[in-house]
Amino acid sequence: MSSNYQLKRVDFIFKDEKDWKEILKNNINRPPQELINELISSELKGRGGAGFPTGLKWKLTAEVDDMTKYVICNADEGEPGTFKDREILSKVPFKVLTSMAVCGHVIGSKEGYIYLRGEYFFLQPELNKAICEFEQYCQEINFDFRIRIFMGSGAYICGEETALFESMEGKRGEPRNKPPFPSNFGYMGKPTVINNVETLAHTYTIFEFGAKRFYDLGVQYSRGSKLFSVSGDTPKPGIYELELGMSLEDFVDEFGDGDTKAVQVGGASGFLVPRKRFGETTIGFQGKLTGISLPTGGSMMLFNSSRSMYNVLDNYLEFFREESCGQCTPCRVGCQQLLNGIKAVKRGEKNALYLDKLLRLTETMQYTAKCGLGQSVANSFSSIVENFREEMIY
Amino acid sequence: MYPVSELIRNLADQHGRNRHNLLPILQGVVEQEKYLSEYSMIEIARELDLPASEVYGTATFYSFLEYKKMGKYIIRVCKTITCSMKGKNQVVKAIEDMLKISVGETTPDGNFSLLQTNCLGLCHKAPAMLINFDVYTDLTPEKVREILTNYINKKGKGE
Repeated sequence: MSSNYQLKRVDFIFKDEKDWKEILKNNINRPPQELINELISSELKGRGGAGFPTGLKWKLTAEVDDMTKYVICNADEGEPGTFKDREILSKVPFKVLTSMAVCGHVIGSKEGYIYLRGEYFFLQPELNKAICEFEQYCQEINFDFRIRIFMGSGAYICGEETALFESMEGKRGEPRNKPPFPSNFGYMGKPTVINNVETLAHTYTIFEFGAKRFYDLGVQYSRGSKLFSVSGDTPKPGIYELELGMSLEDFVDEFGDGDTKAVQVGGASGFLVPRKRFGETTIGFQGKLTGISLPTGGSMMLFNSSRSMYNVLDNYLEFFREESCGQCTPCRVGCQQLLNGIKAVKRGEKNALYLDKLLRLTETMQYTAKCGLGQSVANSFSSIVENFREEMIY
Repeated sequence: MYPVSELIRNLADQHGRNRHNLLPILQGVVEQEKYLSEYSMIEIARELDLPASEVYGTATFYSFLEYKKMGKYIIRVCKTITCSMKGKNQVVKAIEDMLKISVGETTPDGNFSLLQTNCLGLCHKAPAMLINFDVYTDLTPEKVREILTNYINKKGKGE
């Protein structure tokens, strides 16, 4: 599919936040139902990668009857190749804080937390300053909402929402079984809205300009814009806000170094797309009629032809082996065996057919692992092994 | 600097003595001591009225909560894909040569520990590393030698 769609730069997220006080004041005086409807009509989907409709998440939590509820901002940005949340929290923190408070108004919560990954400890002083100023203003307008930072301590899995709750409760960051979902049973067993940093920045845009401005961007099923963290073999690594629905070919034309062999969409847990598929791949959520549509938390890593795809896969698998929480067997043992397996094939101790056994193992992991980590190892593994089989062997 | 037991008591006073206060307390001890000794974990368990095994289980889950003695400055070089492609190995080699330690070791004077870590979220400025919580990016062997020289001189001036 050749695309007549051009890359469109958007400038919403990092647009100044000087009107945050006004936006906060106006929106906490609107009826919750109206705000929920606005979010639902914008079709904003979670920007952490999973793409759950944000309006629906707020609605479900609002409907639960409980005195204590929580709003949590997930800033445990650990997916290899993504670094947009750090930029949002350092450049436009008041957008995130404002959205958290408006969410508190919608669902009936007085307490918010930002779960900040340990690696971003250096953001803490500035962020705390912003929170102080924010809470002072909340007091001025008699709005009861407080926000605290909860520091993580270096665990990729804590980006999974239920593992994050466990971690905040002082336990090992091991994901829970779902259901129950956070809207009923989240932090401390209370109804909780947990949103990615970028999602909250987008809700601010929607409150500022209305749902339509957001909805008009993007394509069907993938509305709005998204921040992309671009890294790897590119002349211009960095963070870019683009409309959803672009074709990967257009993306590579803009960001590639002229020799792009493959792009990893969605980090180590996402898919590797080889050059021959650039044209038929679009970036967005599922539902596009033609070609393949890949979701991403924003991680876009480019590899040129000097890179060995074996080394790439080896690196990912080492990452997963270390970051697997170890709770469920398919993931704990699976990640170890996949890494041992490709090493054995590379050394010639196993023949090439062994790769097919490993592919079946990833399939098993996809069905049986407890959470997204173990389930998604199959994505990068199968897309690399199937497209670059010879590089795995020789 | 407080003795560990006093530090733990202060942290528990500050954060609370419930299970959900455990992580901030562990982090507070690591901030001062750089690691969690068996003694500190048992003390924390006593202070929070938890089984010591629970404290140990939680502490050892997190990669930033060290449970082996660490140097004053912990160097964490990112080893994930982009940093790895952009010359992480040369950076690690430069540090190893300069400090005469390997990854996972601490200098005999107890000043530096060298570790590798997973994605720091600085891929657009790869390779990257943390020294304690300070960020260094776009590293080269020359640049990293300069950074370490500054740290060593800082030590010399008794900071």
